[in-house]
Amino acid sequence: MTTAPASQKIILNTTVNGQEHQLLVAPYHSLLEALREAAGLTGVKEGCNDGNCGACTVSLDGRIVDSCLVLAAEAEGRQVQTVEGIAPDGQTLHPLQQAFLEEAALQCGICTPGFLVAAKALLDREPDADEDRIRLWLAGNLCRCTGYDKIIRAVQKAQG
Amino acid sequence: MHPFQYLAPTSVAEAVDALARYGDRARALAGGTDILVQTRTGRFDLDAVVDVKRVPELTALTLGEDGLSIGAAVPCYRVYEDAEVAGLYPGLIDAASLIGGIQIQSRASLGGNLCNASPSADGICPLIVHYGQAHSAGPDGRRSTPVEEFCVAPGRTILEPGEFLVSIELPRPPAGFGGAYQRFIPRNEMDIAVVGVGSSLTLNAAGDRVESARVALAAVGPTPILAHAAGDSLVGKTPGIDAFREAGELAADAARPISDMRGDVNFRKELVRVLTRRTLTTALERAQS
Repeated sequence: MTTAPASQKIILNTTVNGQEHQLLVAPYHSLLEALREAAGLTGVKEGCNDGNCGACTVSLDGRIVDSCLVLAAEAEGRQVQTVEGIAPDGQTLHPLQQAFLEEAALQCGICTPGFLVAAKALLDREPDADEDRIRLWLAGNLCRCTGYDKIIRAVQKAQG
Repeated sequence: MHPFQYLAPTSVAEAVDALARYGDRARALAGGTDILVQTRTGRFDLDAVVDVKRVPELTALTLGEDGLSIGAAVPCYRVYEDAEVAGLYPGLIDAASLIGGIQIQSRASLGGNLCNASPSADGICPLIVHYGQAHSAGPDGRRSTPVEEFCVAPGRTILEPGEFLVSIELPRPPAGFGGAYQRFIPRNEMDIAVVGVGSSLTLNAAGDRVESARVALAAVGPTPILAHAAGDSLVGKTPGIDAFREAGELAADAARPISDMRGDVNFRKELVRVLTRRTLTTALERAQS
C-alpha cells in the first residue's frame, strides 16, 4: 500500500498533455494545485474550489473532471489533458478556440479553459451533438459575464 | 484544511486496516465530490484519506443472473452508459444521470452518495425502490444491510469506525417491473432536490394488478424515507391514476419535511404527492414496455 505522512511530499508520476511529469506534491493537494503550482500549467483555473463552476475542468483518462475534486496523488500513472494541450501543435488554434474568439464567447476569460476542455470532450465523443445536448454537457461549467448563448454558438460553429 | 495522509490500499483487508488505524480521523475516498469539499470547509478534520478505488471489488460493475452488483466507487457514468444495466434498472439511471454535471458524474458514485447520507441525496431512493442491499466490510468482518436502513441521521450511517461500503447489490427485476426517480429543483440542472421521489412497481402476468410496489422519499426527513404504506396501498390494485393518487396521499403522510430556503412544509408535502403520482406513472409505462 502506498503511504506517505501528511507532512512529507510525495512524488507524482503522471502524463500531462502527452508529456511525462514527475511532480512533488503534498498528499492533501488537489490535482488543480499540482497542475498550477508544481507543473506551472496556469491555464487550469481555480473558481469555486468545490465542484460547482467547472473552471478547473481537465480530462483524466479521457473523462472530464473538476480537478479541484481530485487529489493529485490519484493521478499517479494516469493521463491528464489541460487546455494547454488542446491546440494541435502549439501554433494553430483548435477549431473550438478559434470559434470562441470569432463568436466573442468570452469576456474575462477565467471560465474559458474549462469550457474548452469540456466542449472538446463532447465533440470528440459526439461530433453532431445538438443544442440541448451541448447545453446539458456544459451545465457543469459556469460563466458569470458572457452569458451562455455565445458559448453555445461557438461550440456549434466549431462543429462546422 | 487539516493536512492528511493519502493511502491507497489494493485489497479490502488492507482498506479495513488503514481505516481502523485512524478510526474517525479517516474516511474512505471514492469520487471525492463530497469528502474533499467537506474537508476544505472544516466539517471534519482528517488525518488520513483512504482511496478505495484500487480495491478491485470497489470499482467492479457486475450484472449476473441474480442481479447487479455496483462497487461502492463505481462512478455514475459507468452505470448509465451500460445499456443492459440501463434497461433493467431505469430508476437508477434517472438518478445517476442527474447527479451534478458531467464532470461530477465522471467521479461521483452511488456508493458515495449513500455513505454521504444527505437527506436530499438523489441516488438513495432509487436504490431503495430497486430493493438494494449495502455490503460493508470492517474490523468485525462483513455484513449486509437493506439500503433503507443504512442512513441514520443527516451525514450519518450505520458504518462503524474502520468499516466501509464495499458494494451495493440489486436483485434482478422480475418481468413486469418498472421504476423511476424524479426530483423537483427550481433550475434545469446542477441543483439540490427540494423533494425527490423514487417509485417502483411489479405487475402480475396479466398486467392488470400490482403485485408489489415501493415509494421512497428524499429531502422530506432527516434520512431518505421508505414510505411503506404508500407502496403497500398499491398491492392488488389496478395500476392507474386513482391508485397512484392514493399512494401520493400516503406518501405525503409519511413525509416529515422542514421549512427552509428551498421550500416550506406544505410545498414539500404537495411535491411528494405530485412526484409520487408522476414516478408511479413512469414506472408503470416502463413496466408495460
